[in-house]
Amino acid sequence: MIEARGLARTFTTGHGPVEAVRGVDLRVAPGEIVGFLGPNGAGKTTVLRMLTTLLAPTAGTATVAGRDLRRDPAGVRRRIGYVAQGGGTDPAVPAGEELDLQARLYGVPGRAARIAGLCDRLDLAGLEARPSGSLSGGQRRRLDIALGLVHRPPLLFLDEPTTGLDPQSRGNLWDHIRAMRDRDGTTVFLTTHYLDEADVLCDRLLIIDRGRIVAEGAPAELKRRVAGDVVTLELADPAGAGPARTALAAHPAVREAAVTGSRVRLTVEDGETALMGLVRALDGAGVELASLSLARPTLDDVFLTVTGRSLRDAA
Amino acid sequence: MSFARTVSDTRLIFLRYLRQTLRSKVAVVFGALQPLLYLVLFGPLLSGLAEVRGSGAGAWQVFVPGVLVQLALFGAGFVGFGLIADLRSGVVDRLRVTPASRTALLLGRVLRDTAVVAFQGVLLVAAGLALGLRAPAGGIAVGLVLVVSLAVGVASLSYVLAMRTRSEDAFAPLLSAVTLPLMLLSGILLPMSLAPGWLDAVSRFTPFRYVVDATRAAFLGDYATAALAEGALVTVVLLVVSVALGARRFRAGDT
Repeated sequence: MIEARGLARTFTTGHGPVEAVRGVDLRVAPGEIVGFLGPNGAGKTTVLRMLTTLLAPTAGTATVAGRDLRRDPAGVRRRIGYVAQGGGTDPAVPAGEELDLQARLYGVPGRAARIAGLCDRLDLAGLEARPSGSLSGGQRRRLDIALGLVHRPPLLFLDEPTTGLDPQSRGNLWDHIRAMRDRDGTTVFLTTHYLDEADVLCDRLLIIDRGRIVAEGAPAELKRRVAGDVVTLELADPAGAGPARTALAAHPAVREAAVTGSRVRLTVEDGETALMGLVRALDGAGVELASLSLARPTLDDVFLTVTGRSLRDAA
Repeated sequence: MSFARTVSDTRLIFLRYLRQTLRSKVAVVFGALQPLLYLVLFGPLLSGLAEVRGSGAGAWQVFVPGVLVQLALFGAGFVGFGLIADLRSGVVDRLRVTPASRTALLLGRVLRDTAVVAFQGVLLVAAGLALGLRAPAGGIAVGLVLVVSLAVGVASLSYVLAMRTRSEDAFAPLLSAVTLPLMLLSGILLPMSLAPGWLDAVSRFTPFRYVVDATRAAFLGDYATAALAEGALVTVVLLVVSVALGARRFRAGDT
């Protein structure tokens, strides 16, 4: 559904050129829900704007929904829906008018019936006369999605679909996104910086950092492959950090050890089995422990492992 | 992109923004009020002068065309603010992702702006007539066509500037830096025939001067004059260049 090679975009600014996206290759199969994960400023929105014809790439090629991005942008536009991060409605314009204009611009046959059907499915029925500015955050988001779906595109782009929504509206929106795929086979390509969203909603993830894709795979697979279990040690005395690190780095189960102050964060294979050995190794090195914890990897750990920083800090 | 497609998309966009205008009737009324204030509060001073030097015309025949051009300059010049609001709310991107004609996305807006200027222009002329303006009907019609065509060009340029600046904070000072000298140099309030040589020379570099002179010639019924021909030519060139720049801007999007 999407195939991009070497997609890049350099912006010229007052401080010289900025490489926002430095050569992205990606493939999205029909019917997939693919999450594009990365901190703010990683290049997610820039990639999305290129794939949706809003921004011309400075290098690279892409086929989107069966049409060449450079040669036939109008063909791409007819086959995709796009919901921008901040939506795309005028707060003073009634929801029904927005939908009607959108349907006319796409030349949707049976306009009224299509709009009524969409409003029904997205729980917008009865709100058509209301100015979009008077709708709740969740309602407005569903209106944005209805606008993106009005012409039944096989591919829908969602930029940060649940940013700013309360937890209940987020869960509700996830259901709607899944339903789109399950019922109509719509391929969904969404960006997010929420790890829980990527985890529960997406079939596959692409992680982007500093303009490059640094990892990809199904959420579970990424967790298994990229990050092991995480053991966090709190030392009784920060001075023990050096010896602790030396002792642990030599341990065969330890893949990575990072020290911040008196805290040591270890990435280990099969943490439960390794735990006793780690404690013994520390004991042998004369390091006293204040506390010890073992955690299954989260997507944040995946992110930390592949980019060297936490998504929460980066965002 | 076929011609028929562009026309039908232009109509859709025009209607969207016309509805927006009709929702804010207050803005239309106040927009028309300002030039009317010039007529009522400043015009009588001019007609108090026995005769404006150099033109030999009645004061209203000199003044009303000036205020009409001012209406095009300010009325259409400020439309960029509306585009900035739409850029911010995401409406512009949403429309640009649809297969709608890029030219239509510009023209639909510009036609709405032009319709507003035309409506206000007619109102202004009617008020002028009530206050004592005497001009041939044909001349008034020619003058209005010139001013409305000028508004098309000015509105397109306003959108180009708004697309480039993308924020009210940058757009507003730029706009006043451009429009105020243009207004003063165009001889909108008083004809440039009163100006000393250097000022007259400088004003010949501003396109609006020719449009003002042409509209005045039309109001005087002097159709076969160089002033009218020059003004018409300047208006057409400005319109074509501005719309081309604007359409390119809507095609290319942001950089």
